[in-house]
Amino acid sequence: MDRRFVFILVALAVIIPMLLSINLPVSVSEPTQKFYDYVEALPAGSTIMIAFDYGPSSLAELNPMAKALLKQCFDRDIRVIAITLIVDAPTLASAVIQEVATEKGAVEGEDYVFLGYRPGQVQVMLGMGTDIASVYDTDYNGTAIGEIPMMQNITNYDQIDLLVDFASSDTVESWIIYANVRYNQRIAAGVTGVIIAQMFPYLQTGQLVGLLSGILGAAEYENLVGAPAKGMQWINVESFVHLLIVGLVIIGNITYFIHRAREE
Amino acid sequence: MDFWSFIGIWVAAFLTLSIYSVLYRDNPFYRFAEHLFVGVSVGYGIVLSIYQGLVPFALKPLWETVETGAPEGFIKLIPICIGLLFFARLSPRHTWLIRYPIAILIGFGSGIAIPNVLRANIFEQTRGTIAPFAEIAAGTLSGWGIFEAVLMVVGVICTLTYFFFAVEHRGPVKWLSKVGIAFLMIGFGSAFGNTVMGRVALLIQRVDFLLNDWIASIRALF
Amino acid sequence: MKRQVPLVLCFVFGIVMILTQFSPHSVSQWVYEEVISWVLIIGPFALVLATVTLIQTHTARIRRRTEHWQYSFVVFAGLIIMVLIGIFFTPQNSVFEWLYNNVQLPMDATMFSLLAFFIASAAYRAFRARTFEASLLLITALIVMMGNVPVGDFIWNKVLFWTPWEDGVSWWRQWILDNPNLSARRGIILGVSLGVISQSIRIILGIERSYLGGGD
Repeated sequence: MDRRFVFILVALAVIIPMLLSINLPVSVSEPTQKFYDYVEALPAGSTIMIAFDYGPSSLAELNPMAKALLKQCFDRDIRVIAITLIVDAPTLASAVIQEVATEKGAVEGEDYVFLGYRPGQVQVMLGMGTDIASVYDTDYNGTAIGEIPMMQNITNYDQIDLLVDFASSDTVESWIIYANVRYNQRIAAGVTGVIIAQMFPYLQTGQLVGLLSGILGAAEYENLVGAPAKGMQWINVESFVHLLIVGLVIIGNITYFIHRAREE
Repeated sequence: MDFWSFIGIWVAAFLTLSIYSVLYRDNPFYRFAEHLFVGVSVGYGIVLSIYQGLVPFALKPLWETVETGAPEGFIKLIPICIGLLFFARLSPRHTWLIRYPIAILIGFGSGIAIPNVLRANIFEQTRGTIAPFAEIAAGTLSGWGIFEAVLMVVGVICTLTYFFFAVEHRGPVKWLSKVGIAFLMIGFGSAFGNTVMGRVALLIQRVDFLLNDWIASIRALF
Repeated sequence: MKRQVPLVLCFVFGIVMILTQFSPHSVSQWVYEEVISWVLIIGPFALVLATVTLIQTHTARIRRRTEHWQYSFVVFAGLIIMVLIGIFFTPQNSVFEWLYNNVQLPMDATMFSLLAFFIASAAYRAFRARTFEASLLLITALIVMMGNVPVGDFIWNKVLFWTPWEDGVSWWRQWILDNPNLSARRGIILGVSLGVISQSIRIILGIERSYLGGGD
C-alpha cells in the first residue's frame, strides 16, 4: 500500500470527527486528580509559579492545560507568577496568560505577572532559590520587579506554594533536581506525550505532587475545572486517529503472519 | 476581524499547507517554508537572548557600573569579559579562547549536578523503591499492593542488571537481564503509545486552525 | 594557556560548587551566590556560537553552490528581518509578535505534526510481533494508545463489560504506567544518573576533556 494512502486516512480520521463534533465522556486519572486537589487545597492568596517551558511545537498539548490551570487559579484568587526557560516561548506564554486573564478579569501586577525568559536553565532555577529579583529584575514588559504590587512580599521559593512546569523536554527533571531537592519547592508538571512515561518514578516518590499527561491530561483538567475547551474537543477527535492506527497495526500484523505462514 | 489578523491567518495557512505538501513529495514550497522556519526561529532566538539575557545580565550592570562607579559593580565586569570571549569564535587564530567560558560553564554544571543528582535520582528513587516494604511491614498494604511492590523491585533490579556490563550475561544474570528487557519493552511500548497521542494532538491543532480559522476567514469574505 | 587554564577553571568552579552546597557559612553562601550570578552573565554570550555556526553553514552552501543553495538566502532573509525588527522595536512590538504568531508558530507546530503521518505509516509497515519482546512492546503500545482516548473505555464497556475492570482499558493503561513502566524508567534513571555523576567527577578532575575540542 502506498504510504500516501495511509496519510489520506490519517487526515480523514482528523477532519471528519472534527466536523461531526463528537463528545464522549472523559474519566479522570489519579495523577490529574492529585494535581487538581493540590491546587484546590491552596488557600486564596497563595502563589503559584508556572513555568511555560515549551515552544510552538508543543502548544497543542500544553496550551489547553495551561489555560485550564490559569482559569482555576484566577477563579480561586491564587496569584500566578509565570516564567519560561525556553527561548521560543515568551510571546506564546504571554498570549496565553493575557487571553485567560482578560476572560477572568485578572489584573496584571496584582493577580498575575509574566517575568519572561532568562537563558541558562540550571542557573536560573538556582538563582531564584536565593532571590528571584537577582534573575528577574523586571517583568517581561520591563516594569521593575520592585514596582509590581504582587511581588512585594515574594523573595524566593519560600513564598511560592507550588511550581508547575508545563514542559516538552527535560526541564521537569531539572526543576526536581535543583528546585525540589535543593530548595524543597513543591512541584507539579504538565507534559507532552513524548515524555509522559518517564515522569512516573517521580510521581511515586512524591517529587511530583501531580501530573497532567498530554492532551488527555488537558481534557481531564478542563473536565475538573468545569471549563471544557480545546482539550475536551481534541481528545475526542484523537480517539478516531488512535482507532485508525490500532487498526493499521492489526492489519499489518495479520498480513505479516499470513505471508510468514505461506513462506513456511 | 481586522485586516492584519486576516492576512496573518492566510500567511499561516499558506505556510502550513506548504509544509504539508511534503507528504506528497519534496517540492519548492516545502523547501521554502523549511528554510524560512530556520531563519525566523534563529532570528527570534537571537532577539530574545539579547533582550532577556544579555541586556539584564550584562549590559544593564555594565551601564550601572559606568554610571555610578560603584566598586562592587566592577566585579561583574569579570564574567562579562569572560562571556565576551565567545566572540573569539569569529577569529580562527583565537578560537581556543572560547574554552575559558565553556570550561567555567561545564565545571559549574558538573559541580552543581553531583550532590543534587545523587539526592534526587539515586537516594530518592531508591527510597521510592523500598518504601512500600515499610507499608508491608506495618500491614497496611493489600495483597495486590504487595504484588505491585514486589513487581517494582524485581523490575528495577532486572532493568539495572541489563545495563550492568561489568559482568558477562550468563546463567542467572542472563535470566535477570532477560526479565529486564521485558520491563524495558513495556516501558518503550508505553512511551510509544503516549508519543502517538502527542504527535496526533499536534496534527489535530493544525487541522483545527485550517478548518475553524482559515475556512472561517474565507466565509467572512462573502 | 590553551589547555591548562581551562582545566584549572573547570576544576575550581566544579569543586567550589560542590563544597559551597554543603556549608551554610555566610562566606560560603556568598561565594555560591556569586558563582551563580557569574554563570548567569556568561551563559547568554553562548548565543554567539549558535549564530556563527548557522551563518557559516549557509554561507558555505551559497559559496559552494551545493544542492538547493538558493534557499539559504531564505534563511538569511528570515533571520535578518526578525533580528532587525526585534532589535530596533523590542520583542513586545506588534510587528515582531505578528511575525512570530503567523510565520514562526504555524511552521513550528506544523513541522512537528508531520510526525503523526509518519508514525501511522511506520505503525502499519514496521510494527510487527516478530519476537516475544516485540510483542510485549506492541501490546503495551496498543493498550496505552486505547487507554489514552475516551473511545477506548467506550468500546471496552460495550464489548468487555463482563470483566471486573469497570474503568476498562484506561485502568490498564494507568496500571502499566504506574508499575512495569515505572520500574523500567526507574532503572534507566538510576543508570543514567550514576553515569552523569561519574562523568561529572571525570570532568572536574580533568580526566574527561572532550569539551576542549581538538587542537593544542
